[in-house]
Amino acid sequence: MSAVSDFPDWGDPHSPANSYRLSQGYITETFPETSVPNMVTAVLADYRGYDTMFETVVIFTAGIAIIAILRRYGPKDKVVPEQKLYKKEPDLIVETTCRLMIPIIQLFALYVVAHGHHSPGGGFQGGVIFGASFILLALARDLQAAQKWVPENRILNLAGIGIFIYSGFGFLCLLLGSNFLDYSILHKVMGVTPIEARSHSMLGVEIGVAFTVAAIMFSIYSNLASKGEMKEGL
Amino acid sequence: MEIFEAISTKINYWVYIVIMMIGLYAMIAKNNMIKKLIGMSIFQTAIILFYVSIGVKEGATIPILYHDQVHGAHDDHHEADTSHGENGVVESHATDIHINPDEFTNPLVHVLMLTAIVVGVSTLGVGLAITQKLHREYGSIEEHEILELIKSGK
Amino acid sequence: MIWIFDSIILIFLVVTAIISLQVKDLLSAAMIFGVYSFLMCLLWAGMAAVDVAFTEAAVGAGVSAVFLIATVLRTSRRSSD
Repeated sequence: MSAVSDFPDWGDPHSPANSYRLSQGYITETFPETSVPNMVTAVLADYRGYDTMFETVVIFTAGIAIIAILRRYGPKDKVVPEQKLYKKEPDLIVETTCRLMIPIIQLFALYVVAHGHHSPGGGFQGGVIFGASFILLALARDLQAAQKWVPENRILNLAGIGIFIYSGFGFLCLLLGSNFLDYSILHKVMGVTPIEARSHSMLGVEIGVAFTVAAIMFSIYSNLASKGEMKEGL
Repeated sequence: MEIFEAISTKINYWVYIVIMMIGLYAMIAKNNMIKKLIGMSIFQTAIILFYVSIGVKEGATIPILYHDQVHGAHDDHHEADTSHGENGVVESHATDIHINPDEFTNPLVHVLMLTAIVVGVSTLGVGLAITQKLHREYGSIEEHEILELIKSGK
Repeated sequence: MIWIFDSIILIFLVVTAIISLQVKDLLSAAMIFGVYSFLMCLLWAGMAAVDVAFTEAAVGAGVSAVFLIATVLRTSRRSSD
């Protein structure tokens, strides 16, 4: 706590963290180099591509770990008396409201992913909102209704496809003779200028992140809510 | 008086430290597993709050360029499109936009913390899964009850 | 003006953090933790970190509260401290 007096003043533009060349370089160089107005998205998906890729892998690993912890294989060794939850018929108002809201939530999630270059948003936020729409479906009806749309093997396939899209962009850059995740070389495939190729590849990478995050969020919820059985939810 | 001045000018950092200590206390002293996990999340958000507050600049706006700056630069791009050479590489087009770094908050800390939040919720999920496993094995989520059960050989 | 706003949110942050750790009912603790996350999101929006605030609004106030509630309903609701 005695270190507090050494901290920079509130909102000082010339504090060490803000006056370092790297941060200033991100602010001034991002738009000329990548034609993306939202600097956060550009730094996330382009300059720090490795970081974001392995964060996605961490999320995927967490989802797999939860399944590994909670799933029961083989004979049941010890049976804890099940806690009976209060079951009742789905409420008409809740069900109708969710039926109206879920398409709008999903559309908004897609907008957030696709428009992350120009407004706040991106793969992580859009993915979480998209996963939350399925969580809402599972809460309003039951887990079976959501499982009908996204069964478990499809969820895990989608999560894998997300990481595959992300690393696929990286390996495509390698194949074309550039560094891993150096998107500017992709202009040969996309038929645009190198600067716009960076912008378009960021969109592709964000879509990969969104796939993984959405799938894993719903997977975590459905495992936690059903004790890993995936039979009945809350 | 000196101490009062030292606290009042940097009151926000003091509040962050208070929140962080609340989270640390909960992680150590609470018996309930879910309380411990809530404490962990509070600790995490306090650190994220500290990082974000480092990047704040007085009078600066969000790290997204204005529409007119972007619009002027898009015209630039069309010129650049027409001027690209046979080898497919654009000649370095001069950008007329002048971006003052003091006008925008620091985007670097935002990026780091954005991924930290999403990874934080997945670690919270793993912690909750372990809690459910404990409840399945021992029928309790209180730490002292579980310890007694282990000591008495179940 | 914005200084007053920030101070009020900081005070409420500390209050909600303490309440969510002291309340005996775990379902209330999860809900108050959602309130804490939402206040944190407001604070970050005030600090011009819109992307971080957006993520926190979706993740902290939405999904992590749902995870906590799911676990509380699947285990036990009472806490000893």
